[in-house]
Amino acid sequence: MDIPKDLVAASATPLVLTILAEADSYGYAIIKRVAELSAGQLEWTEGLLYPLLHRLERQGHIEGTWGASESGRKRKYYRLTADGRAALAGHQAQWRTVSTALEGAWTAIKLDFGPSGAFA
Amino acid sequence: MTDALDTQIDLWRAHMERRATVTTTDVDELEDHLRGHIESLTAAGLSDDEAFLVAMKRLGSQDDIAHEFARENSKRLWKQLVLGASEDEARGARASGWLPAVLFAVAGAALVRLPLFGDINGWAGESYARAAGVIGLAAVVAYLLWRNAPGRTLTAAVAGGMAALAALALMYPLRAGGDAFISTMLHVPVAAWLLVGLAYAGDRWRTTEGRMDFVRFTGEWVIYMTLLALGGGVLMGISALVASAAGVDPATVLTEWILPCGVGGAAVIATWLVEAKRSVIENMAPVLARVFTPLFTLTFGVLLVVVLASGNILNLDRNLLAVCNAILVLAAGLVLYSLTARSDDARTGWFDWLQVALVTGALALDLLALVNIVTRIGDGGWTFNRTVVLGANLILLANLAVSAWLLIRVTRDEGGAVLRLERWQTALLPVYGVWVLVVIVVLPPAFSLLKT
Repeated sequence: MDIPKDLVAASATPLVLTILAEADSYGYAIIKRVAELSAGQLEWTEGLLYPLLHRLERQGHIEGTWGASESGRKRKYYRLTADGRAALAGHQAQWRTVSTALEGAWTAIKLDFGPSGAFA
Repeated sequence: MTDALDTQIDLWRAHMERRATVTTTDVDELEDHLRGHIESLTAAGLSDDEAFLVAMKRLGSQDDIAHEFARENSKRLWKQLVLGASEDEARGARASGWLPAVLFAVAGAALVRLPLFGDINGWAGESYARAAGVIGLAAVVAYLLWRNAPGRTLTAAVAGGMAALAALALMYPLRAGGDAFISTMLHVPVAAWLLVGLAYAGDRWRTTEGRMDFVRFTGEWVIYMTLLALGGGVLMGISALVASAAGVDPATVLTEWILPCGVGGAAVIATWLVEAKRSVIENMAPVLARVFTPLFTLTFGVLLVVVLASGNILNLDRNLLAVCNAILVLAAGLVLYSLTARSDDARTGWFDWLQVALVTGALALDLLALVNIVTRIGDGGWTFNRTVVLGANLILLANLAVSAWLLIRVTRDEGGAVLRLERWQTALLPVYGVWVLVVIVVLPPAFSLLKT
């Protein structure tokens, strides 16, 4: 399935905030977690992730600290802040609204393309 | 991992660090990412070389990465221009052309010169002095509106605002050289400059980024104006020497023609230079901020000591108070200017502490000034001048107090503190505008300063 760029971009912020709400993490692990959560459907590029992380950090939603990896390499870890938690709650409400509206409309017209993409 | 792999990664690093839009810490983070990916690939059975190639491919081309980082690392227009963002391209082409700038500069020079043909010692001269801010900046506003083409509503608002401001400046019959006359003369340019900001920021005037861009523009414009004034001063000096040597009196030509035309033209040329030669000043701004912040901090220290040593804290000299006010405005400007020079990923350092010291010093000085003004009002009652100074000082006090508090949070590396400071400083811009209007429109009749 090809997910359009706009949708990937729009869902990027809530996804990062959610993953950091699970646990503190770092760039590479976040990309792996995104792939895991979307069953490999969402493939983020580094060019998307790192600038986004830095923007969220500037806005105070997440906080980065330099630490070391298991092998002793320099690594930047990110942590969700109180502001970020509040922002995540907002994102959650927005996405629930959109998703509920779509599901409701689809149920109403009994339109179901099913997971295989064919008319059921 | 093998040495060969390290060499390859080092090579990649060196290439990446050469990109202007990617910082060293960005590369550090990317390197960890790259190595993490390579490790998981080699664990899956790939050789080092294969893993490196796959990971590199996955990381994407350096161009793409640098581009994405540039978007985030730089809100600066010129860098996005270099990267060729389509929306800004048209604007860039207009920004760099020198011919329109020169034409607008000629118009600006004419605008400043024309009123001097009138009865300069009478009514025309008085009106000229009061509306000088509007007259001097009209060409700058026109140039910006032409270049940015911000849409009909905004264009009308800015143009109408300039006309209204001129009308307000001339509205009351004021005694030439009187308190209300001088305060109008000093406050009109501030309001006119805010309209320049509206023309500059365009539709982004509501956003913090748009306003920060305007603040940046202001700082860089002042630098260019200073440089142009220095050059112009040297030229005028040489001309005067040559003319005197030839037995001609150059005073009339220099003061009535060259000086006003030069100022009017330079205002537009400086505006053009800010956009056209962005990268030059962008590198200079942090240096200037770093040079002047310590010097100003020192000045505050000295001023405070002088005032305290005078033993007459509650009854400062009127002129000393005026000096204090001028310096306080400069200090607030310097904080704002340093903010524009701050890179987003900058870590807390001595400079932030120095800024806290600067703002604290300014705050102390401001409180001192306020106590003096309030004492004067208590002793001699409310006057026009005292009210004007009190208002300006109260706004400054709010500005400095909140800035100091936010700066302390910046030094603690609190997330989002820099953004909050930017928001606070830019939110004050309209407040200045409102106060200026109060001073021009409300206060003169309130203190019965109108000529009957």
